[in-house]
Amino acid sequence: MHLTSPSFKENSARALADAPLQRALAKVPLGFIDKRRAAADALPEFEALRDKAVEIKNHALKHLDLYLEAFAEKVEAAGGTVHWAADAEAARAIVLDLARKRGAKSVTKSKSMISEEIELNDFLEQNGIQPVETDLGEYIIQLRHEHPSHIIAPAIHVNRDQVEADFRRAHADLDPQRDLSDPRSLLAEARQVLRRRYGEADMGITGANFLVAETGSAVIVTNEGNADLTQLLGKCHVVIASIEKIVPTLEDASQLLRVLARSATGQDMSVYTTVVTGPKRAEDLDGPEEFHVVLLDNGRSAMLGTEFEEALRCIRCGACMNHCPVYQTIGGHAYGWVYPGPIGAVLTPSLIGVEDAAHLPNASTFCGRCEEVCPVRIPLPKLMRHWREREFERHLQPAPMRWGLGLWAFAARRPALYRWGTSLVAPLLSRMAGKKQRFSSLPLAGGWTKGRDLPAPEGKTFMQQWAERRSAAGKAKA
Amino acid sequence: MTARLRVGLFVTCLVDLFRPSVGFATVKLLEDAGCVVEVPEAQTCCGQPALNSGDRSDAAALARQVIDVFENYDYVVAPSGSCAATMRNDYPSLLEDDPAYAARAVTFSAKVFELTSFLADICRVTHLEARVEANVTYHDSCSSLRGLGIRAAPRRLLSSVEGVTLTEMPETEVCCGFGGTFCVKYPDISNAMVAKKAANAKATGARMLLSGDLGCLMNIDGKLKRDGVDIEVRHVAEVLAGMVDTPPIGGKS
Ligand code: SF4
Repeated sequence: MHLTSPSFKENSARALADAPLQRALAKVPLGFIDKRRAAADALPEFEALRDKAVEIKNHALKHLDLYLEAFAEKVEAAGGTVHWAADAEAARAIVLDLARKRGAKSVTKSKSMISEEIELNDFLEQNGIQPVETDLGEYIIQLRHEHPSHIIAPAIHVNRDQVEADFRRAHADLDPQRDLSDPRSLLAEARQVLRRRYGEADMGITGANFLVAETGSAVIVTNEGNADLTQLLGKCHVVIASIEKIVPTLEDASQLLRVLARSATGQDMSVYTTVVTGPKRAEDLDGPEEFHVVLLDNGRSAMLGTEFEEALRCIRCGACMNHCPVYQTIGGHAYGWVYPGPIGAVLTPSLIGVEDAAHLPNASTFCGRCEEVCPVRIPLPKLMRHWREREFERHLQPAPMRWGLGLWAFAARRPALYRWGTSLVAPLLSRMAGKKQRFSSLPLAGGWTKGRDLPAPEGKTFMQQWAERRSAAGKAKA
Repeated sequence: MTARLRVGLFVTCLVDLFRPSVGFATVKLLEDAGCVVEVPEAQTCCGQPALNSGDRSDAAALARQVIDVFENYDYVVAPSGSCAATMRNDYPSLLEDDPAYAARAVTFSAKVFELTSFLADICRVTHLEARVEANVTYHDSCSSLRGLGIRAAPRRLLSSVEGVTLTEMPETEVCCGFGGTFCVKYPDISNAMVAKKAANAKATGARMLLSGDLGCLMNIDGKLKRDGVDIEVRHVAEVLAGMVDTPPIGGKS
């Protein structure tokens, strides 16, 4: 996906001015937050399950090498093949090679953020292979030539009427007079169109929510059942997943599933949970003839053993962005890469380098809502702060910010100097503001006063007044 | 009778500079609760701006300075969830590699309290003499609510002030967009966030908006004033102390 994180400021300015986007974003809290709350409240052991989830993921990450090997062995034993991809380029080449071997012209895909990360769709198209997204949201954004703006609700930035317009444009062979006013009619039309595509596809590509070392299985959850059709109807099923998706056992996967859907959409379980192990066996009635797993590293192993390792616990539920007031204000595209919101602010610098992603960990108020809801308790604000520390060490922050802060810190470390400075500034600002006691514009505070007033100091500082009262009281006593 | 608690008042840089009234209200509340209040002169800032900007060394220097000045009090109280959370939650890890301060930081941090939780939970204040006729709404600052787990204390105290009725606003737990240096670095996003907060505050019909953190208050007040919404914005301490004769934050609308 085209990287625009360096222009985060411009991206977010555009997002703020985008009325349809703002309308769509206003619905984020309504859809997700209350439902998650209700699901969590309805399950007395929810908090304990979160602890358990942390334990499972920590254990898996600590022994990642062992579990990856065990997983690969089991996949091969079941008749599948594992491919190791160090980076995006390697992963793309593996998928293309598999497609070419089968002479594939068209591949169906169910939702996969890894596919976005390795920019698979563009690559396949450039090589004459048509990817068909089968998740409704992904299908919509594919029609719009966009990228997901949310990890579980990729088209959350699109309004219903925009979808209708897209469908009328893309499905030109259908009756132009048809009624698409009901959202369900949009869904039905997408189904109808996509059903045809499943039959035509030579290969099905899915992501995976978990990879189970014990059995060599991939666990995939969807609400539309499209992953099942994608993997069953194609002759060749390719799973692309990053290495931290590994969990030791099926039992572990089922524990994580219990927090995943509740955190994501407030469902007890997603509608479809599918465990796939290997290709079709002799006694199976249907299923793919080939089963491949592409394991992507792409910077993740370098996070192991660092302060950012905890971010690898992420199970991509989306709760952190659903609850993020910054995400709710600017949407996912402004973040400029695959993963938006708080987890994106931590992951993006790790995966593409902090130079290009320098804005993201700064664009947070550290309000702490993300950490509060993260099912695997990733301390997202703390990790963002670690990125800010790395940026500070490397002088990546804007110079005025650095100097301003340096000057302030210099004074704050010298109480007498600080006292002297503040006792001049506070009364001065107060006098400048006059009776109004606020500024509607002020040099150096233009960013603030563009949209709001700035309250002025009352007059003398507290410490000045305190000292005066104390000496007056002392004199009165004497 | 037990000895009276010796409390070191951490004024906070915003209160010191912008709204001394809050400092005096805090002193009154603490003294009324039976504490001996001292205001050490060598205090400046808790170091949070440095800490959150990735400048650990200045943050650590300021943390050591605060500990030097305040560690001998029974308690350290700040009229701010944000500064209190920094001192309480962040100092221990910030100084963990400093052999001279690591243990002291742990002892110190346990003494630090945000004002309303100190009054309600430590001093067990259940009744306040104040009388303020106002329909108020209360904004939870993120650092109080999630950083320190404070939700009931300010509300309980407010309910004991005669004349106060509390109307909760929608999404009171959502950030107002201040975020310390965030509002300087990303003013437009910050402004869009506070616009939602101001709209939620307006929807309550309350005459007064209160919170425990001056940063949020200045932000919300600035937006309300710009939008021409007539809601008085004050620090909760001012109402709890019954000291509402001063003009509100940002002056009268
Ligand atoms: S960081 Fe946590 S809340 Fe965010 S997507 Fe990952 S698991 Fe979900």
